[in-house]
Amino acid sequence: MSEYVRESHQSVVQKKVKSNVHKPKKQKSLWWMYLPALLVVSLFIIYPFLNGIRVSFTDWNGFSQTRNYIGFEQYTRMLRDPDTWLVVKNTLLYGIGSTIFQNVIGLLYALLLNKSIRFKSFTRTIIYLPVIISPLVMGYIWYFFFAYQGGALNDAFTLFGLSPVNALGNPDLNPWIIVFVNTYQFVGIAMIIYLAGLQSISKDFYEAAQIDGASIFQQFKKITLPLLMPAITINMVLNVIGGLKLFDVIIALTGGGPGNASQSMSTFMYDLYFSRQDAGYAATQGVLMALIILVISLLALFYFKRKEVDA
Amino acid sequence: MKEKYKKSKMFWTGVALVITLFHLVPFYILITTALKATGDFSSKWVFPSELSFENFAAAWEQAGLGSAFVNTFIITGGAAVLLIILGSLAAYPLARINTRLNKFIYFVFIAIMVIPPLTALVPLYKLVVDIGMMNTHEIAILNNLAAFLPLTIFLYAGFIRSTIPKELEEAAKIDGAGILVTFFRIVFPLLKPVTATVLIISCVFIWNDYQFAIFFLQDKEVQTLTVALASFFGQNQNNLNLVASAAIMSMLPMTVLFLFLQKYFVAGLSSGSVKG
Repeated sequence: MSEYVRESHQSVVQKKVKSNVHKPKKQKSLWWMYLPALLVVSLFIIYPFLNGIRVSFTDWNGFSQTRNYIGFEQYTRMLRDPDTWLVVKNTLLYGIGSTIFQNVIGLLYALLLNKSIRFKSFTRTIIYLPVIISPLVMGYIWYFFFAYQGGALNDAFTLFGLSPVNALGNPDLNPWIIVFVNTYQFVGIAMIIYLAGLQSISKDFYEAAQIDGASIFQQFKKITLPLLMPAITINMVLNVIGGLKLFDVIIALTGGGPGNASQSMSTFMYDLYFSRQDAGYAATQGVLMALIILVISLLALFYFKRKEVDA
Repeated sequence: MKEKYKKSKMFWTGVALVITLFHLVPFYILITTALKATGDFSSKWVFPSELSFENFAAAWEQAGLGSAFVNTFIITGGAAVLLIILGSLAAYPLARINTRLNKFIYFVFIAIMVIPPLTALVPLYKLVVDIGMMNTHEIAILNNLAAFLPLTIFLYAGFIRSTIPKELEEAAKIDGAGILVTFFRIVFPLLKPVTATVLIISCVFIWNDYQFAIFFLQDKEVQTLTVALASFFGQNQNNLNLVASAAIMSMLPMTVLFLFLQKYFVAGLSSGSVKG
């Protein structure tokens, strides 16, 4: 069988060489094979994205047939709008805050699961489970926990004689609850990626370090962390992008309120367009959001890639 | 030495159990909430003395979960099939034939992955209204298709480059088979691992999608599970027991699938996460 394959393989190579000799081969791009995909992406992503930049220079309200080009007016308005900075601050908190928590906790979980313990796969399954549940549903599930009236947290508080707290209505607290829920939901992904990274590190390194008398902490700093850098890069970039785009959890838990207190850029845009008929301004915020996501994910990628090389 | 090992194993198992219990808390609260009758105001932490399954029937009926399941299924299935066909077809020349055009187009697909589709919400919404596709299954399928095509092409192209031997196709070509026949008969069956990944990614992300669905599927007849659940929540803020039952039913199919096919889910979602 294998002989037959080798033989036919050889004859193929020979034939190919021959046909190349006869007519110099010009490679065809076979562009018609990716044309359908390119059309779909152009129509539903590239065109709206470019058109969005154009709309951001208008005063369009979202439904009327007319719109005026007003230059950079929406942009100066955006820079002066205190809501912009509140929303950007929240978005960065969701992006960077959840990234830090997911990575630190995810790594700790991975270190734990890398030890010899019982019920390992059960633990892993439970921690990973929320990943496959809709973020909107996850938001509602935690709503049952944090709700002011009839929430599980306040049930417990009253039981211990404490006064109930309106955690979701507190503008200082609720962005952190959103970070917490996002972390709870996606820490499983970071955990799995770190676990795979840990399992690929050879035991020989640790044995050699032990012979040299290195402490557990030194081993972690000098062996584990540097060798985990590729996993850290993936996780950082992944979590930053996910956190900056946060939408569903916010809608489920606070609706962006009170006021704009917990609004992210995605929910703010939604609000501007659908509730306040301010389409031009919503498009301007969209441009800002795309810029922020682009810059931060590139920064994270370069920063951690460089670390990888150093290590 | 062995004694010490045993003790440390017990200690870390204990730590793992505490963490697991903590992660189970929201699910426990969800279940006790769903199983309590409407008038039962006992603590959420206490398991109901009398189980009430009426909430489930009522929530199913009032939230319109039946049609929401059908809609979600059509959209997820339609998008998944198209993703697999269009994605693998597109990836093949992009992975195999290095003309300048193909290199450029591949770069375009990769660059698009950085753009979050929703930053273009305003013009996208206008486009959908203009082409008269508001509140149709097709628009939800097309939007999700566009959102996940770049990732799909990236995954297929990487796999074709690294694991499919070129000789196979050249052998078939010389036998006189057309390129499409070669592709679907010989290449496509070998791409099964990526196809499984794409299937899992679409199942999880498109089934759970809310961002696109809330904008483009507001009519009751086309609502997906997440949209139906969100509007049900809006109407029943004072009756969380009903909302909890609806939430459980909406997440049940995916949870069961996950528990049975866990290995594939974890592997598929991890390879999809290279997207960054």
